[in-house]
Amino acid sequence: MSNEATLHSQEVIHGAHAHDHGHDDHEHHHEGGFISKYVFSLDHKTIAKQFLITGIIWAIIGAFFSVLFRLQLGFPDATFPWLESILGHWAKGGRITPEAYYALVTMHGTILVFFVLTAGLSGTFSNLLIPLQVGARDMASPLMNCMSYWAFFLASVVMMTSLFVQTGPASGGWTAYPPLSALGDASIGSKIGMDLWLISMALFVVSQLLGGLNYISTILNMRTKGMTMTKMPLTIWSFFFTAILGVLSFPVLLSGFILLLFDRHAGTSFYLSDLFVAGKALSNEGGSAILYQHLFWFLGHPEVYIIILPAMGMVSEILAVNSRKPIFGYLAMVGSMFAIVILAFLVWAHHMFVTGLNPFLGAFFVLLTLLIAVPSAIKVFNWITTIWKGNLRFTPGMLFAIGFVSTFISGGLTGIWLGNSSIDIHLHDTYFVIAHFHIVMGVSAFFGTFAGVYHWYPKLFGRYLNNTIAYIHFWITLIGAYLIFWPMHYEGMAGMPRRYYDYSSWESFKQFTDLNHFISVVVIVVFAAQLMFVFNFFYSIFKGRKVTSTNPWSATTLEWTTPINPGHGNWIGEIPEVYRWPYDYSKNGKDFIPQTVPLSPDEEKEGH
Amino acid sequence: MDAMSLQRNKIHPHKYSLWIAMGSITMMFIGFTSAYVVKRAQANWFTFQLPFIFWISTAVILTSSATIQMAVEQFRNRNMQRYKQLITLTAILGVAFAACQWIGFKQMTDMGLPLNGPASVSFIYVIVSVHLLHVLGGVVALLIMFGRAFRTRVRTYSAVPIEVAATYWHFVDGLWIYLLIFLSIAR
Repeated sequence: MSNEATLHSQEVIHGAHAHDHGHDDHEHHHEGGFISKYVFSLDHKTIAKQFLITGIIWAIIGAFFSVLFRLQLGFPDATFPWLESILGHWAKGGRITPEAYYALVTMHGTILVFFVLTAGLSGTFSNLLIPLQVGARDMASPLMNCMSYWAFFLASVVMMTSLFVQTGPASGGWTAYPPLSALGDASIGSKIGMDLWLISMALFVVSQLLGGLNYISTILNMRTKGMTMTKMPLTIWSFFFTAILGVLSFPVLLSGFILLLFDRHAGTSFYLSDLFVAGKALSNEGGSAILYQHLFWFLGHPEVYIIILPAMGMVSEILAVNSRKPIFGYLAMVGSMFAIVILAFLVWAHHMFVTGLNPFLGAFFVLLTLLIAVPSAIKVFNWITTIWKGNLRFTPGMLFAIGFVSTFISGGLTGIWLGNSSIDIHLHDTYFVIAHFHIVMGVSAFFGTFAGVYHWYPKLFGRYLNNTIAYIHFWITLIGAYLIFWPMHYEGMAGMPRRYYDYSSWESFKQFTDLNHFISVVVIVVFAAQLMFVFNFFYSIFKGRKVTSTNPWSATTLEWTTPINPGHGNWIGEIPEVYRWPYDYSKNGKDFIPQTVPLSPDEEKEGH
Repeated sequence: MDAMSLQRNKIHPHKYSLWIAMGSITMMFIGFTSAYVVKRAQANWFTFQLPFIFWISTAVILTSSATIQMAVEQFRNRNMQRYKQLITLTAILGVAFAACQWIGFKQMTDMGLPLNGPASVSFIYVIVSVHLLHVLGGVVALLIMFGRAFRTRVRTYSAVPIEVAATYWHFVDGLWIYLLIFLSIAR
């Protein structure tokens, strides 16, 4: 009740609709029409579902794009007539054109990094879990929360539109480096598609900021009685740090984009200098393309932690619940996440070692980059010690959480190589980089997302996902992910550059023809497995096995004290009070003790 | 009611959100000004005098900060007539500030310093106009507050919205002073 008092006590004296803020009938209000319940809903749980389903749709599109360009990479000489029927002149004669290839690669990166793993992942679970796990009726500002989703929706509409314009979507890479992205004459992907990309991304930043503000002020202000910061589940800590990273780094990206828009349309020269396009010299002078890279990577690097931190938080929670053991090193987990947040802002130039960066300066960025290995290793150690000798329950969520730890280790280790500026000279822009970031960021974050979806699906929809499909989904995805990305390390070490359209014409890379062929086949299989998950997801909303107990996983956290299908307001009656941290598993002969159970006299003596 | 009055010591979530938002906006301008610093360190940096009218607009926005603070006081005293006058005055001063900036742009163009000139000139246009957008956002917020003050069916006694608006207004004021000092010194 405490927070509601703060929120509403000073508010308006209502004339006609005074019942709106009656505190006891939260179960019943906002049961209005379809529009206010499902479309412009203010309920954080509905907004979470909106983010999730929009994210799933984008994930299908983004992953399908990767299947298309893998067809080109794996079968450079083959033709697929059906491609022409879906892509038209972008695949004349059944072979993807170079322009289409770059467009597909660019959109694959943009969609997955921003629309799926940022909005779809932290948008979904921050919205769902923050109010439920800290004990709040809703976000600090439900209206801003709703606006956050609809800004994301608008960004999605604009990005989707750009796929259908005549000159195609942006195709200068997801990083949109100038001068390619700044000059409409430089390539067809730099025309209207690039403008739509920038507009869409600006809307996306707005969405992230509105969401992030809400997450932070909800966590700091709206916790229920007894929920001190150190009694919060690690999920909440991770969403908190994610939001801080987003709120501080996305505005810098926006300022970079604003300057880029001026360069494109107002004739300014922030990023442009001494350029010749189509044989003509441009009048732009004195700009610096490197400046954009600094602004971009100042967001770009925190962005990878924006993606991975929520996954880390959810994995910590799921591992503890399904090992029936307290998380190992709670404060070390929080401290290492804090260290990651600080370091995230200090390492951006490791993306720019080969831009002519002063090697002396580069040495500091190497050192700071390698320092990230310390908090990462602490977290990995703690996850492993959490499941060590635990009473493991291999639910699908648990399997994906363990899979996350596996991919995070194998992808994280290659980061130590790439963080060295001297090794990076050889490996920069090769398939080694692709392998590294796909495993450590892409696959791991997806595993975190899947773990979260399987674990909290009962809370989202009051039903379970089908377990058999879930196990098939897990094993194909885990094995497939390694089969796809592991070989890419070898290709990268052999110097195979990324972003090339056809490797078969290069003497040095002909040896990889069969390997590329193999990777592409696995990509298709893994994509099919993801479609099985999508089927499972939508089928189970309506036909899944019903949840019969409010706490199906025997977990300690507050979201499992709500009704199976909570209404807007989450709890009927008073919000429960919290007395203990969220990891009291297998304690004093009890399997688990919910956070809402007061300390026993013995425990109080221990000075908990 | 006792519990309620205790709660008033706690910071209102909307105010909290505003503080985080201000941090976020600050980061955006740190982005711009760092880009400016990086660019300035490179060869062929062109220097020039800022138009004098930017100092007049500073006086205007400082005055408006005073008027909005008075508006908050009047609201707390339930002196609604004065309150409405003061937020109207603040909004007018906000528009006057915008007009000054616009005249500043025109003067620069007339001096032969157009938007697509040297990067040092382009930066002024971009930074000043992005700041101006934030001021105009504040004006829109004041117009909404103004509309609310005339509602009869639902009457507002909470000072939180006007306090949030006033804090934001002081923030864009301070931001402008920072930018002006920065742009004057780092020429």
